[in-house]
Amino acid sequence: MHDLAAEARAQADEALAGSTRLSVARPGDRGVIVEVRADHAREHGVDVHELERRLLEFGFVEGARFELLHEGAIWKDPIAVRLDDMRIALRRRDAEDVWVRLDTAAR
Amino acid sequence: MSDAVIRPARVALVGNPNTGKTALFNALTGSRQKVANYAGVTVERKEGTVTTAAGRTLSVLDLPGTYSLRARSPDEAVTRDAVLGRLAGEEEPDVVVAVADATNLRLVLRLILELKAVGRPMVLALNMYDIAQRQGLRIDLEGLQQELGCPIVTTVATRKRGIEELTAKVDELVASGALSTDNTWHEPSAAEIRGAHREAQRILKAYVRPPERPDTFTAKVDAVLLHPLAGLLILGAVMFLVFQAVFSWAGPPADAIEAGVAWLGAEVGRLIPGDLLRSLVVDGLFAGVGSVLVFLPQILVLFFFIILLEDFGYMARAAFLMDRIMGVTGLHGRAFIPLFSSFACAIPGIMSARVIDQKRDRMTTILVAPLMTCSARIPVYTLIIGAFIPDRTVGPGFNLQGLVMFGLFASGVVSALVVSFVIRKVFWRGAVEPFLMELPTYKLPSAESVARNVLQRAQIFLSRAGRIILPLMVLVWVLSTFPSAPAGATGPAIDYSFAGMIGHAIQPLFAPIGFNWQMVVALIPGFAAREVAVAALGTVYAVGDAEANATALGVTLAHSWSLATGLSFLAWYIFAPQCVATLGVVKRETNSWGWTAVMFGYMVTLAYLASFAVYHAAVALGAG
Ligand SMILES: Nc1nc2c(ncn2[C@@H]2O[C@H](COP(=O)(O)OP(=O)(O)O)[C@@H](O)[C@H]2O)c(=O)[nH]1
Repeated sequence: MHDLAAEARAQADEALAGSTRLSVARPGDRGVIVEVRADHAREHGVDVHELERRLLEFGFVEGARFELLHEGAIWKDPIAVRLDDMRIALRRRDAEDVWVRLDTAAR
Repeated sequence: MSDAVIRPARVALVGNPNTGKTALFNALTGSRQKVANYAGVTVERKEGTVTTAAGRTLSVLDLPGTYSLRARSPDEAVTRDAVLGRLAGEEEPDVVVAVADATNLRLVLRLILELKAVGRPMVLALNMYDIAQRQGLRIDLEGLQQELGCPIVTTVATRKRGIEELTAKVDELVASGALSTDNTWHEPSAAEIRGAHREAQRILKAYVRPPERPDTFTAKVDAVLLHPLAGLLILGAVMFLVFQAVFSWAGPPADAIEAGVAWLGAEVGRLIPGDLLRSLVVDGLFAGVGSVLVFLPQILVLFFFIILLEDFGYMARAAFLMDRIMGVTGLHGRAFIPLFSSFACAIPGIMSARVIDQKRDRMTTILVAPLMTCSARIPVYTLIIGAFIPDRTVGPGFNLQGLVMFGLFASGVVSALVVSFVIRKVFWRGAVEPFLMELPTYKLPSAESVARNVLQRAQIFLSRAGRIILPLMVLVWVLSTFPSAPAGATGPAIDYSFAGMIGHAIQPLFAPIGFNWQMVVALIPGFAAREVAVAALGTVYAVGDAEANATALGVTLAHSWSLATGLSFLAWYIFAPQCVATLGVVKRETNSWGWTAVMFGYMVTLAYLASFAVYHAAVALGAG
């Protein structure tokens, strides 16, 4: 049981290799969302699964294409992200749970 | 229809925010609508009626916008419960009308899948169809209708297109006796949300061809309006213009209303025999009505801009730009506009806190809004500063009086930040909720819908807040009038009234902050509104028409108060809740006397502590 879980985790990590958190993306970055995973210990005011569902409800879902459009003037926060045909604003701390793979051409 | 009487039906409008739901509701029901509150919650309940071509009366409920039935805020909980038929005191809807922005179907499709699980008869209104057509977006309506298993109507709410077709479809559904199927809805798990997204994606791919001419306007405008530097400058300029407008447009009508009501009161007063009755009518009722009406111009002007900017799509951008700054206090960017509006007047500020969807943030914003220096404090500040602060320059270009005025404004802002931080710690245990917000495409606002929404705000203020404010005003009048002065009395009449008695009785409490009994007595009528303090001080110091004669009053005060007392009084007015109208609006917006009491309590406490500190610091520095 435990081994299986560890194996699954390892596989997931492998799939995530080469991906980064959306929270570190910069304006102009484009790419695809590879995973929405609420698993870190950051205090969000709601439990991590709730955050994951909220992100999903706003369209942060695996396979969606995104482009980072704008960032705030102060501490470059929050960020505005184009998701398919919508624009969503969110804070970088909440974007940490979104793993993305950037198009190499964009950098 | 063979029925002699056509059964009326209940319709609920459900959709994402910014899909034109309000516009559709207005197009459907026109002026036949009623705004109230849901029992026990602060959420606004909008209901209207429309008669279909077949003669059926539909009562239409406009439910708060949501992305999911999995409610995250009190507003969204109302939508969920209304759709599920669980809302106390509400009958379940016969038909659900899902409102969708035809140019932005992805998220709403997921919501529609949830609504389908609820199993009520449903009609899909594809709104903003004009924009979809302009963009060359192709939707296979026939196929989508088959796929979703519900009739689809295309609408342009702002031009009232498709409205009859919509009511006809609803009518058909009701007439055909379509019944709810079993409700299989439950809170979706993350996996189910992912599944619904895949399903929505499949549907989109099958029936919707991407636009030939996608909207590029929004991107171009955002490049400027969300630019880190230009965006902030423009926001500053917009706010400056709004402020200018509030003062220059709302000032004269407010003065006219005050004068008009006073004149009318005096005229009516002539017809009334008996001093007491006349005073009740003129100084109690008319002055009370006047003090409610006098807020109207500010509310109209401020809401005109707020609603205009909201409909254009700018409010979400303002929230984006200010989010980080507001975040210092734990508030979200959405709180910026209500707090900013409160610099003109806390009342429209508190009323506009409705744009904040998290309950905690809404409450915090309402509670700190009165700390912003509103325009009614300015006459008080001007009077006291003029009387006690020397008019001299300190350093290049700085005037001491101006500096003190600035300090008073800054104290308001800083204390609002600190208090909202503390409120978060005390009431919400420090939690900061995630901030996710759609940035809608820019749209040309429709004049009719702006006008309707502005008037609705005014009506809500008059009918619901006015109902609380007016009796409180009359109470303040009663306290300052009864009992009347005995014959041959020498002091001002107010001294013999309840206000006078209370003032004398509680004066010892105020002695530590340097207030004499005249000041304490003036505080009581001063609860009517902050600027009334000037008139009230005039009354207790027997300076005739203090408002017109502020200099004379200033001289009197300068003689009878020490500098420390003057400063202490200023500090009091930064914090004290000396405004019955604000308390009335807080009661109406929070739907709770408890929160109103919390606000009153913390403001009085802060006022007392600040005055105490200022008074004793000043005395220690030799200004006693
Ligand atoms: N072009 C166009 N604009 C619309 C239509 N319906 C609504 N709007 C505009 O879209 C904006 C948002 O509408 P509103 O009713 O406030 O959306 P809500 O948030 O869903 O209630 C407003 O500026 C409306 O004037 C429509 O069918 N066509």
